[in-house]
Amino acid sequence: MADVSVQPPAVPGGPAAPGDVDPGRWRRRAVTAAFLGPAVFFLAVWIVYPTIRTIVRSFYDRSGEKFVWFDNYQTLFTSDTLVTAIKNNAIWLAVVPALVSAIGLIFAVLTERVRWSVAFKIAVVMPMAISLFAAGVIWHIMLVKDPDHGAVNASLKAVRSAFVGDGVLERAQPSQPQQLQGTPARGFVLQTPLRAGSSALLGLTAIPPSAVPAGAEQAATPSPGSGEITGTVWRDFKPGGGKPGVVEPGEQGLEGVTVQLRDASGDTVKSTKSGADGSFTFGDVGDGEYRAAIGKETFSEPYGGADWLGPKLITPSVMIAYIWVWAGFAMVVIAAGLSAISREVLEAARTDGATEWQVFRRVTVPILAPVLSVVFVTMLINVLKVFDIVLSVAPGSSQDDANVIALAMWRTSFGGVNDFGLGSAIAVFLFVLVIPALALNVRRFKREEA
Amino acid sequence: MEAATAPPPAPAGAAPPVAPRPEESRAARIVRGAAKVPLQLLLAVIALLWLVPTFGLFLTSLMPADVIADLGWWKLVQEPSMATLENYRNLFDDNALTDALVTTAVIAVGNTVILVIVAALAGYAFAWLEFPGRDALFIVVIGLLVVPIQVALIPIFSLYNDAGIFDTTISLILFHVAFGLPFAIFLLRNFFAGIPRDILESARIDGASELRIFFRLILPLGLPAIASLAIFQFLWTWNDLIVALTFGRDVQPITVAIFSQLRQFGSNIELIAPASFVSLAIPLLVFLAFQRYFVQGLLAGSVK
Repeated sequence: MADVSVQPPAVPGGPAAPGDVDPGRWRRRAVTAAFLGPAVFFLAVWIVYPTIRTIVRSFYDRSGEKFVWFDNYQTLFTSDTLVTAIKNNAIWLAVVPALVSAIGLIFAVLTERVRWSVAFKIAVVMPMAISLFAAGVIWHIMLVKDPDHGAVNASLKAVRSAFVGDGVLERAQPSQPQQLQGTPARGFVLQTPLRAGSSALLGLTAIPPSAVPAGAEQAATPSPGSGEITGTVWRDFKPGGGKPGVVEPGEQGLEGVTVQLRDASGDTVKSTKSGADGSFTFGDVGDGEYRAAIGKETFSEPYGGADWLGPKLITPSVMIAYIWVWAGFAMVVIAAGLSAISREVLEAARTDGATEWQVFRRVTVPILAPVLSVVFVTMLINVLKVFDIVLSVAPGSSQDDANVIALAMWRTSFGGVNDFGLGSAIAVFLFVLVIPALALNVRRFKREEA
Repeated sequence: MEAATAPPPAPAGAAPPVAPRPEESRAARIVRGAAKVPLQLLLAVIALLWLVPTFGLFLTSLMPADVIADLGWWKLVQEPSMATLENYRNLFDDNALTDALVTTAVIAVGNTVILVIVAALAGYAFAWLEFPGRDALFIVVIGLLVVPIQVALIPIFSLYNDAGIFDTTISLILFHVAFGLPFAIFLLRNFFAGIPRDILESARIDGASELRIFFRLILPLGLPAIASLAIFQFLWTWNDLIVALTFGRDVQPITVAIFSQLRQFGSNIELIAPASFVSLAIPLLVFLAFQRYFVQGLLAGSVK
């Protein structure tokens, strides 16, 4: 490539060459060479030469001695790990540039309307200053599965208990499995038929003392009045065991348990919650047989947390971290484009009766289209090269599932496999993928200079 | 935000007799301000979302080692007395981290200085010297902008081994200079080209040499662009992982040092968290101190 500068020996249009006799000509050439030389040297040795060398190397086997035609490329598109990497990168390409551009656009438009937009921008751009690797460590810590440790799952747990509500018990078993049948997931039904005036004893065991709802009192069974069915839900266990099915001193009532009264056809006709002593009462019970049941709402499995760092969710997790880093870039570039839009154009649209949304959709976005496309294309290139953040977000166990092309190239070449032939083929594949962006850059430059 | 909603009652009673018109516009302004409260809240939440993860890392680094693997960092907000600098003390007791920081600084500063010089020379040539093939060569530079680093890793690995400079600081510096060049030349050439022609012409007529023009005119006038470039390259190479991981073994900048700890993530988070925070504190300070140049660099690199 360095040849280019020497190639045309006599350029007729060169403004500095009015005639052949030009004593300063060689001097000027020497000056130019001195200015350009170092840069050309670096570019030629560290980028141009290696690129050619890598292309050649990709047709040789691992040892580098045997010419194998396209074997490495065949491996690239058939080996499981590499196909996963390519698929993942395709997902990255489809999702991330669009999301980053959209988020950047939204942020840019919104911040324009507040006074503290500079502070907001600093907060959002800040992650760009830190390494993608450290950003990955940050998000690894955020995304730990245990809700007592990972902040994201802790937030999800808080939201979940606000909307769904928590059961009072995690799990329990009937003290008399013959009489009280069922599971926590479906609820428990007392098999003994009940009529007005009778009492139901719903004894549960396998509840650790720490899981008994707070404020529990000695269990008691109220005697039923006329037309009433009463009963008790209690922890049918005391030190030493006690007798199953009998409410004994020292056994605690379970508060807040959902108790249902079901008719002969199994439909729930009444529902209530037990008190601190575990007692409950259904009034105005008609004739006929009923069954008492403990509703499944009583039980809820503790929230274990989404497995962000596990094999299924790892790619979305890495993407979250990556978007957190790059949103600031998109926002800043789009905001600059936005500030260049003349106020008159927007005002004219508003005066013509356009709503804010119409102004945004029909005026702002079309004017911003070139800027948006720059952001989008830049992100496409960045996403193709994503590497370090995958290494730090994904724990070793899910790195195969999170694999991407750039990472696969490194792992194949230097991460133990040490196959330079295949590694070169992956690098060339990556290079081929960025060529459209390269062409786009060159075209944009030519248009601007024209 | 509260300031926007609080004042209405007071001035409404005080001002009317004097001047009704400005009062109207003030009321209108307050209404408009109040209408923005949901927007302000939304943006505040977003800004917080963007700050919390980094803050979380910081708090994690202050957790006592025996609970760090079990408790979330927000427990520290509830119980601030738990915070300890013990992790940092242990980290700096070991020379490895200090060494890694020095290595990182040498690489980041060294390559930035070389890059700025080489790129400024080339940028000037592309902007103001006439020579055959100038545009063609510049198009090559633009083409090199997007070449992925991966393409060069294997041949340079072999080259460094043959030349006997594998695993040295200088080999890392040179690699960073080369891959920083396309962007650097692009940025500086465009900036230098914007310097008014008259200034240069009159200097040339006065008989100043190109070198003199370069040092006396171009460098001072190009300082804003050079500052943007230097900050970018410093951050970029301070934060590098892949280059150091490939060409370094004993020469370990901080990212690589943390990476080697990371292989046992979970068991030694009391090391990883403070080390990561130290590694990002310096770029963060550089960013906060020079954020104007940083943003200019972002814009120059993409829009222009």
